[in-house]
Amino acid sequence: MWVWFHKFGSPRYFYDFAGRCIPWLGAACALLMAVGLYLGLFVAPPDYQQGESYRIIFIHVPSAWMSMFVYVVMASSGAVVLIWRVKLAEIIASVSAPLGASFTFLALATGSLWGKPMWGTWWVWDARLTSELILLFLYFGFMALEAAIEDKRTAARATAILSLVGVINIPIIHYSVYWWNTLHQGATVTKMDTPSIHLSMLVPLLLMAVAFQLYYATVLLIGTRTELLSRERRTRWVAEVIRNS
Amino acid sequence: MSAQEFFHMGGYALYVWPAYALSLVVLTGQLWAALRRRRKLIRDIEVQNRSPETHT
Repeated sequence: MWVWFHKFGSPRYFYDFAGRCIPWLGAACALLMAVGLYLGLFVAPPDYQQGESYRIIFIHVPSAWMSMFVYVVMASSGAVVLIWRVKLAEIIASVSAPLGASFTFLALATGSLWGKPMWGTWWVWDARLTSELILLFLYFGFMALEAAIEDKRTAARATAILSLVGVINIPIIHYSVYWWNTLHQGATVTKMDTPSIHLSMLVPLLLMAVAFQLYYATVLLIGTRTELLSRERRTRWVAEVIRNS
Repeated sequence: MSAQEFFHMGGYALYVWPAYALSLVVLTGQLWAALRRRRKLIRDIEVQNRSPETHT
């Protein structure tokens, strides 16, 4: 176990391993997204209350889930950074931040485009929307703090603390639709009893959610490999990799 | 369902399609930026490695 841990944490091994994974992850992402979009846009019936407008769900909900998932990845990496000072964890957190911010922005923007025809407004300051906006600012704060500190290892520790403090926002986002009265509809999928969504809509939604996960994994690994090369640029293994590329 | 009906989205075309277009732009943009950073860095390191004494 520890041997594996050590090997996996070694930059060169991770670089090669990630390089082998990326084409498969990317292909699986493209395939699932194609099937998910086909089922979501062509096969799934219109919603009995919301008509065709509900089709925004197939990108809105996966984006919103990813906005929180990426944050948890970032904060967990932050914990690893603070406890073990693992360089790879620093890189994963750093590469995740702009991706998480993108998902958060998409969740807010697609939600706004869905809210206008359904609620009659682009925006309300209710608990769900406000806590998601705070999430966006947490990502921005992470990136700004990182950019402001020149030494990368110091920056990683500072941003790790910021991201860990911000974790409190994640359960707030999730439970906001229960704790406060809000315009936002309650959870459809992650309920304890059976999900209140028909299978013909649930299947494309889950396909899109997995596709978004695979997208994140793909772009995260591409970015992590780049950052590994950059930080280790004076080592022999990088010189070897570049020569063979 | 005709193509026209499909693009009309039951009258919600102005909301549904911008949502999809925006997602496409943001996601492909991030992917593109990641690939570009990689290409640029590899070029930089190639230049740096032409002066061999920098190796450790």
